[in-house]
Order: sequence, then C-alpha cells, then structure tokens
Amino acid sequence: MGDSRDLEGRQVAVKKLVGSLKEAIKLCGLEDGMTVSFHHHLRNGDYVLNMVMDTIAELGYKEIKVAASAVFPVHEPLINHIKQGVVTQIDTNYMSGPVGEAISRGLMSNPVVFRTHGGRPRAIETGELPIDVAFIAAPSSDCYGNINGVDGPSACGSLGYAFPDAMHAEKVVVITDNLVNYPLTPISIDQTRVDYVVVVDSIGDPKGIVSGSTRITRDPVGLTIARYAAEVIEHSGLLNDGFSFQTGAGGASLAAAYYLKKFMKEKGITGSFGLGGITGYFVELLEEGLFKTLLDVQCFDLDAVRSIKANPNHQEISASFYANPESKGCAVDKLDIVILGATEIDTSFNVNVHTDSNGIIMGGSGGHSDTAAGSKLALIVAPLIRARLPVLVDRVLTITTPGDTVDVLVTERGISVNPKNEGLRERLTEAGLPVVDIHELKKKAEALTGKPNPIKTGGKVVAHVEYRDGRIIDTIKNTE
Amino acid sequence: MRRSLLFVPGNSPGMILNGCIFGADSVVFDLEDAVSTGEKDAARILVRNALKTLDYGNTERIVRINSLKTPYWMDDLNMIIPAGPDVIMPPKVQGDEDIHRIESYISGIEKDRGIPAGRIKLIPLIESALGVEKAFEIAVASKRITGIFLGGEDLTADIGAKRTKKGDEIFYSRSRIVIAAKAAGVSAIDTPYTDVNDEEGLIQDAVLARGMGFNGKAVISPRHVEHVNRVFTPTEEEIEYARRVLEATARGEKEGKGAVSLDGKMIDAPIVARAKQILEIAETLKGGRLR
Repeated sequence: MGDSRDLEGRQVAVKKLVGSLKEAIKLCGLEDGMTVSFHHHLRNGDYVLNMVMDTIAELGYKEIKVAASAVFPVHEPLINHIKQGVVTQIDTNYMSGPVGEAISRGLMSNPVVFRTHGGRPRAIETGELPIDVAFIAAPSSDCYGNINGVDGPSACGSLGYAFPDAMHAEKVVVITDNLVNYPLTPISIDQTRVDYVVVVDSIGDPKGIVSGSTRITRDPVGLTIARYAAEVIEHSGLLNDGFSFQTGAGGASLAAAYYLKKFMKEKGITGSFGLGGITGYFVELLEEGLFKTLLDVQCFDLDAVRSIKANPNHQEISASFYANPESKGCAVDKLDIVILGATEIDTSFNVNVHTDSNGIIMGGSGGHSDTAAGSKLALIVAPLIRARLPVLVDRVLTITTPGDTVDVLVTERGISVNPKNEGLRERLTEAGLPVVDIHELKKKAEALTGKPNPIKTGGKVVAHVEYRDGRIIDTIKNTE
Repeated sequence: MRRSLLFVPGNSPGMILNGCIFGADSVVFDLEDAVSTGEKDAARILVRNALKTLDYGNTERIVRINSLKTPYWMDDLNMIIPAGPDVIMPPKVQGDEDIHRIESYISGIEKDRGIPAGRIKLIPLIESALGVEKAFEIAVASKRITGIFLGGEDLTADIGAKRTKKGDEIFYSRSRIVIAAKAAGVSAIDTPYTDVNDEEGLIQDAVLARGMGFNGKAVISPRHVEHVNRVFTPTEEEIEYARRVLEATARGEKEGKGAVSLDGKMIDAPIVARAKQILEIAETLKGGRLR
C-alpha cells in the first residue's frame, strides 16, 4: 500500500486491503448472534452471499441473522446453514427459489421478516434493523473502499440497495473482483464508510446478474393487457408533460411502456422521470428524449448498466431515496404512475406477490407496496386466468400491498377500478374501455375455471409481512 | 361488422379460451389446415364444447370445416351444427354445387335436431382458379351466404404463381372476389397476411385490401387484429361525410327533391348505402373505437 506511509516511513492511513474474507470477518469482530447484510444487485448471479456465509460457517459462528435485500435461487446453500444453526434469522424484501420453498415447509424456527424496499432502509436508519457487518459486493473498488457498480466483469450498474447498509452498519466489508488504482471514479459508495476491502476471483456470474436485454412480451394475452394498461394511463388524466412513471421488467409491463411511448409520441408529451429498476426500454425512452431523467435504484439489463455509466441524466439513487417513507423525501412520493404485477388480487384490491398458488413463498414486495402507496395511480396488470387458476380471489392468501393503495386492475377480460376512484371509472367507461365491477370480473374468471379450493396452510408462522411503515400487516403460514 | 376474422386452431384449448379477448370481430375455429388428421376428432369435440360453454360476447363464431373432398366434413357438421355456431366456413369451394351439398346437409341436421332452419350462415372460402371464376355463382348460391373469403395461399399454388408480400399475383382474384361479393350483396373478406412479424407489411396489405373494397381481412396472429381493425375502421372524416350524406338525403326527401347533391356532387343510392354502412360500423364501435 504505497499511500499508507509518509516520507519518513510512518504509517498514516489504515490498511484496508486484507488478504482474505476470513481475515476481514475476524477483523470486524463478528460474534455469534450478530447480523450480517448483503445487497442483491448481482441477483441470481451473486457469489458473495454464499461465499461469506460459507466462510462464517467454516469459522464456526452460530445464530447469525442474514439481512439480505433479496434472496435468490442461487442462495440455496443457505438452507444448509439454517439446518446447521449458523443462520437462525432472515430479514429480506424478496425471496425466490429453494430457500423460500424450504422456509414454507417450516425449515426455520424464527419467522422470516419480509420488508419492502423502502421499509428496509427505514428499519436500518431507525435502528430497528441494526447491522453488525455489511458485506458489499462491489463490481469495482479501489484499495480504500471507494466502489461503483458500473465497471468490471461483474458490472451491475446501480448499487442503490447497498447504500443504507454502508451508511449504518457497524463494519463494512467490500468484496470485489476488480481492484482499480486509487482513486476510483465514479464513486458510488465512498471510502468514509468502508472498513475493509477483500479481493476475490469473482463476485458473480454475469449471466445471472443482468440479462442481455429485457424483451417486450410477444404473448398476445400479455400484449392485450399491456394495451389496455396504456389506454388506462392515456385516459387517467395524468398523461401530461412532466409526468413520472415506473414499470417492472416483466414482459407485459414493458409492453405497456411500449404502447405508452406511442401515445407520448403522438401527443408530443415528455415525462419528467422514470423510476425504479431500470431496463433498456427505459433507457431508450431517455435517449429519445421522452423522459428527462432516470432515477435508478437497480439496473435490470446491460443497456441500463451502459447508460447509468455514461449518461448524467441517468442517476443512481439509494434505497432510502427511492422509497423510505420516513426519509425527508422519497422518490415514490413524487411518482405519478406505476404498473405492477400480482400473483393474486382480491375483490378488495389487496395484492399478493409473496406466495404462489400453493401458498409457497416465491417473491416479496420489493418496491410493490412502496410505489403503490406513493404513486397517484397504481395499476395492477395480470392475466385474469393464469394456467388453470383465476388471479382474482375473495381474499388473497398473503397481503403484500393493501387494496386502499391500488387503483386499477387491468386484465385481458376487463378492467376493474377501485370504487374509491369513481371519477377514473367514469373516464375509462367514457373512453369505451371494458370497465367491469371487480366482483363481475371474478365471476367471469370462475365461469371458466370453477372456484378453486382454498389453499391449506399449517399452524406455524414462517414469515411476517412488514409494511413500509413498520406495521406487520400479515403472516405467512407453513404449507402442508 | 366483420373487420377482422381471427383464425384459432381447433385443437388448441388455450387459444380457443382466449379467442375472444383480442378484439377480433369474428373468430374462426379451424378444423381444417391447423389440425392434423390424427386430431380431427379431438378438435371437433373441443370446438363443439367451446361453442356450447364459452361466452364469446359479441364476437362472431365461425367454424372452418374440412373440405368436401375429405371424409371429415360431414362429421364436422354433425357435431358442430347442434352446438350453434354463427357461421360455417367451407374451404376449397369450387362452385354452387358445393354450396348446395353443404346447405342441404346442414338443413338435414337442423331438421333432425329441431334447430330453427337457416339461422346458421355460410362464408365460402374461395381458393382455386375455378372458384375465382365462379365467385359470383358461389356468392348467390344460398341465402345463408353472408360473405365470401379469398384464400391467397392455396390459390397461388393452384395457378402456379409465386406468393409474394406485394400480392400482384392475386390482384385479379381480389378484384374478382370484391366484384362478385358486392354484386351479390355480401361481404368480401381478404386473405390473411402470413408474415406474423411484419406489422408494416400487414398494414400496407390491409390498406390495399380496404382500398379495393374488401370489408375485412382474415388474420392468423392475434397481434394482427389491432392493425387490421384500425385499417378497416372508418376514419373521423368518413364518418362525418356519411352523416352529411344522410342529412342531405333526409333534407332532400323532406323537400320532395328527386335528386340530392352534396358539395356539388350527386348523391346516388350506392353512396347512401355506403354512408349507412359506415355509420353502422361507427355506431357499433361507439364513436370509432378500435376494439
């Protein structure tokens, strides 16, 4: 470390670059029962969570709480760490794959705490979720812990979800596979927050981190839903110059953006900002001048990574900036329109994106309930019938997003407007859109599918669903 | 109103279930080319059950049966007619004889089953040189006929031409079908555009067909419905003109005038008929809505 001694050879700076993960963990003073945290920007290509937890297990620690902003199928080895008592609590915003399935079968004694993308930074900042050691996967870092996500073999773009961890954890360890000369530029998370830097061979599999490009669905049912969604927006009264918009990376959500783009061009409307997880499609809207800014908490594809690196109007934001309801200002509160999905929605417009049709954990809110609450218009797009089951039910098994924050359900067989929005219902009907009472829409679905048997769950609580403000709004039971 | 006729394979439950959601004015359940010989019976049962149980709303339900040259067409009709489709589409129709055979067979089933006679209509598919030559004869062969439909793929094979996107090789046949249909007072339906990924080409082809006088166009991809509907939907200007035509006619009648003119042009019966047709479509679409 050439910068760590002065002209007389005295050490003047802390040596942060350590030789191994083991050494970093020991230097952090990790103890049994502590909380370690991870971000999920490397998604299903992430090597870091497994690498760290394997090392923690090897070092013999027990009863660790894993606070990961999301858990993916790649994190299956967690199951064994849970069985061995290394991990006894999980705190996350989203969980898909084998870990969710195992937890649904009753793997853990302590219920998982599910938060939202805004609720997690809120909990971290208020001290409800204290983090002892944050392990931050960094696609690029210098020896002093300045990091960014835009360069290196594992580039993932924005590092938004890692910011609260870096700001508030007792100790921060950066793990990188791309050590660059000091000082790194641009800097996302800076050296003032980082204790140690560990260099490893690889932090992730690029194939799992970002897709080459996210594509608009070609499924005609998805396209029909998308067209209706765009028409709802067109007639919502919100499609004006300066409007702001968020949509998911799902094929139908992207297709809705495609139709929306057509309307914007036809009417000469320019949006102010696009928010959230950013796809190449949003980048296209930015580059064509249809939106002035992108506020990016997470990149979904390589085009988004390229853009956030090169375009000053494509701004990286932290999770707290994005959605923390108790920050001094979060972006979702400035959002006009959001398009969201649903695995289930009920006649009170409550939405479930936590559990599947068998009651097994397969997702989580992420920013679902944050954006629904913050935006002026929250549209749920979903096929009325998925495989053999209606998406519309009397009561969702798990409430992710409360119905009073949802405005419209758009399906291929009709559009239902939350009764709280009478004016919107009238405008959409006037525009000739197929507006149907939500109970009628449910009947339509059941005429085709019959009424499915209720899902049987057991008596054990395997997870709590925490709303963005910290209230527990539902619990998830084990499946039998 | 028959702007778009969406073909749905008769052996595909998912597509049958969703056939009515894409905004096509008519759905054609196909028992012919889309269904392999080993699946003819299964498709027949599936389409029958769909007709009996699914609510297609205002969407017209057409069934394309197998041709008279196959051993399947009678079984098709035996199973489908009692399920109450709106229209039967017989393929490879070569002349009025074919229509008479089918009609008498349908009438027999109606009689046997106590189904009101004549409610089920016919849209013959004309897809051979001989069929094109006899287009008018076919179009007037039965009161059940409500339209005739040109099949460009089989036709070009029959005449030994190469099928192109531009469609010069079927230009004459298209004209012939339109003239025969209009002379018979039935609708003229254009052949589908078969490149499902070429939306520009589809739109150009539909614009050409509408310009030639076709009332609508078959589509083989749900993604084509929206475009074809748009092309065959009267524009605001057309609707406005049609309104003025009818207003002028009404005024003329009130004033006891024999001939009425609008913008310096004589309004004759075909112009009035066309205006009525446009306003009918506009009314059905509640102000020109593309759905």
